[in-house]
Amino acid sequence: MTDMASLMEDRAAGSDAANMRKPVDWDSADIARNVKKRYAAERRFKAYGLAAILLALAALLMLGYSIVSKGYSAFVQTYVQLEVTFDPATIDPDGTRDPAVIGRANFDALIKEALRKRFPDVTSRSEKRKLYDIVSSGAAYDLRERVMENPSLIGQTRKVWLIAGDDFDMLNKGYISADTKESSRRLDDDQISWFQSLTDSGAIEKRFHTRFFTNGDSREPELAGIWGAAVGSFYTLAVTLILSFPIGVAAAIYLEEFAPKNRLTQIIEVNINNLAAVPSIVFGLLGLELYLNVMHLPRSAPVVGGLTLALMTLPTIIIAARAAIKAVPPSIRQAALGLGASPVQTVSHHVLPLAMPGILTGTIIGMAQALGETAPLLMIGMVAFIVDIPGSAMDAATVLPVQIYLWADSPERAFVEKTSAAIMVLLAFLILMNGLAVFLRKKFERKW
Amino acid sequence: MSLTFLLLGIALLSALSFVFGRQRAIALSGGRYSNLHSLPVHYGTYTALWCGLPALALLFVWYALQGSVVQALIISDLPADITSDPGKLSLALNAISLIAADNAAHLDVAPEVVEAGQRLATLHTISNIALIVVLLSVALLGLALSYRRIFADMRARNNVERIVRYLMIGCSAIAILSTLGIVFSLLFEALHFFSKISPVDFLFGLEWSPQTAIRADQVASEGAFGMIPLFAGTLLITFIAMLVAVPVGLFSAIYMGEYASSTFRAWAKPALEILAGVPTVVYGFFAALTVAPFLRDSGAVLGLSVSSESALAAGLVMGIMIIPFVSSLSDDVMSQVPQALRDGSYGLGATKSETIRLVIFPAALPGIVGAILLAVSRAIGETMIVVMAAGLAANLTANPLNAVTTVTVQIVTLLVGDQEFDSAKTLSAFALGLVLFLVTLGLNVFALKVVQKYREKYD
Repeated sequence: MTDMASLMEDRAAGSDAANMRKPVDWDSADIARNVKKRYAAERRFKAYGLAAILLALAALLMLGYSIVSKGYSAFVQTYVQLEVTFDPATIDPDGTRDPAVIGRANFDALIKEALRKRFPDVTSRSEKRKLYDIVSSGAAYDLRERVMENPSLIGQTRKVWLIAGDDFDMLNKGYISADTKESSRRLDDDQISWFQSLTDSGAIEKRFHTRFFTNGDSREPELAGIWGAAVGSFYTLAVTLILSFPIGVAAAIYLEEFAPKNRLTQIIEVNINNLAAVPSIVFGLLGLELYLNVMHLPRSAPVVGGLTLALMTLPTIIIAARAAIKAVPPSIRQAALGLGASPVQTVSHHVLPLAMPGILTGTIIGMAQALGETAPLLMIGMVAFIVDIPGSAMDAATVLPVQIYLWADSPERAFVEKTSAAIMVLLAFLILMNGLAVFLRKKFERKW
Repeated sequence: MSLTFLLLGIALLSALSFVFGRQRAIALSGGRYSNLHSLPVHYGTYTALWCGLPALALLFVWYALQGSVVQALIISDLPADITSDPGKLSLALNAISLIAADNAAHLDVAPEVVEAGQRLATLHTISNIALIVVLLSVALLGLALSYRRIFADMRARNNVERIVRYLMIGCSAIAILSTLGIVFSLLFEALHFFSKISPVDFLFGLEWSPQTAIRADQVASEGAFGMIPLFAGTLLITFIAMLVAVPVGLFSAIYMGEYASSTFRAWAKPALEILAGVPTVVYGFFAALTVAPFLRDSGAVLGLSVSSESALAAGLVMGIMIIPFVSSLSDDVMSQVPQALRDGSYGLGATKSETIRLVIFPAALPGIVGAILLAVSRAIGETMIVVMAAGLAANLTANPLNAVTTVTVQIVTLLVGDQEFDSAKTLSAFALGLVLFLVTLGLNVFALKVVQKYREKYD
């Protein structure tokens, strides 16, 4: 009381003294100006905030636009129609129709023959070589398959659509312009005029590019696909999930429900929080040292990738699962215990099922992170150039983000659109997973 | 022998044990479960756990050790002139594994190596057969022993729950084990590195060019392993990223939390979170193929020479990546400031922005500083953006238009491709990793300390 009283006395004394203030004139011009200034500052501040959000959204839009505009064309592919003579002398000289013989035949020669026939005035060796670039080196495999399926083609002449080479594909899609200087583009004037004559005769067509979804990696952009990487990602994520989900949930249950509050538990908790913030590349170094150098597991295998990513996702899952378990009200536990359930039964029959939607949401988000992760996988050798589709988790493989990284590094112009298209596929998967997480949260969210 | 097959086999045996254990308990109860101490399920689980767990543990130990044991056996049989030279040895081991996989029809190698390759193949077969035999006997032994221990008054539930508890403790311990694993694996290789290069040269050297002579007779210099330029590059890019992320992130958090209508919030917040969910490799592509050429071209218009791998491009894009991180953390902190403080400020006639700047912001400052420190630690450890958009040459410069390299870029370049674990070049990556780990760990711990120490307590 005395404090307050003395304070008031001080105040009164202060105002009594020299600065005996006049009552404020709230209508004065000074005050009006001040208020105006303050409101202007208010509006500016609000505008900064809005600008910041719009800036971030603009960045998002630009990111999306640059990827879609670069990549949408990768979903179609240029095809060339040629009149191919299935010459029996080349395919099957002895007339045995033996698949082994047909399989070994030189189908490339048939395509070259067809191209020479289409452009009879091309004679010199170097010109011919430029001409052959119109058709992709993968077209011969298509022809082989076609003949294997239907041997009666041998001896006939058919108009066949063949996959075009990547430079001509780029030309057809408008990425190579005839207006640029001849020396600074990958196709010279002759090649462009040949292609023009093919276009004029209606022998050029763009088709949906199924190979992009079904092939493995390739040095030829027009043959490269994402299926190999997608399968690799699947195996890697499967291993990650199998390991990190049960371990993470068990750890979360223990820490939340059973652990005594002692120093050790505290250390574990601090540890988990710190692990969640360790740079992912450090996990890659751990994987390299532990799994490859100490355990001698196979390099580049999805198993090793999954083991590495499991350690990385574990903290995410543990933190999410603990939050979900904590959200289950204690009354549920008390009711179960009161009816004679043991602590383990209480958790496994009541707490865990109620916490499951939250745990699953956290797990899906952790898996989405793992799906987009690249750096640790580079450390354990998942960057190899792998054409084959992996058959098991022990085979050498690569994953989608690493495939994107590898393609982004390739010099060919055609790989730019492949990279963007692969990014679109990866983002589609991520949106799907996050959408599922949001759906689960919305559907099973419970307010107690 | 495929791992999946073995795992399925163990699962099947455990399922069978479960059935056996449960049947025996039911038989012992004579139809009245109250004669038993626990429910029949518990007896079943008891036998299943005793059958499956030891076998599973054995399987993992076997797989973890098999590689090194077999390799040691193979090496011990090779002649000394191969084993004494690490280069030759790794070549020979490669050839041996190719031969063992029947994949080396036209490989020109010494007869000892061919012999070793065949021996490796036999060893693999022996190991696989032995594994199956041992696994089967362990599983069956577990089943038999636990089955014989089942009596009506056996405390099966307590037993099972104790095992479950130990399993959960084991799972929690994995968190500690992986930290220890990180520390030891980095430390082990880093010490290896420091036995070749002095730590003083590494920590304070001003030059980084990790080329060492491949053959002993080469004239190539020793290579320089000074990490200062790498760290300077990392800090430069991090600084640029923070220049973008901190103001934008903070202001968007403020607008989201204090100004935005709930409909705007409902749309804008998830949109910002998308930025956080985009994989870093996508940002790297964006930085390298869109932002960097754009900066170079606009630099050319202004008469500036901008490197096509400029620190600016990598930093800007990294900043965009970190915006949602800063914004969501500071949003959390600012929304924890109690309403009473705001009401008090409004009651005194302050405008909204004055309240935010003079009341909420100071109250939330420790949390915001913590958030920024976490963001810095994230930027320092970020890898893919800089690998794709920043350079490889270690320039010691503060000019954001030049190319710089970072710690993470160097780790990736040193370790991608073939590695020899006896050269300073490869080992230096682990030393860099150790420094990176310690720095980010230090930042995180410091951030938590700041938040805890200076947090205002409101009641």
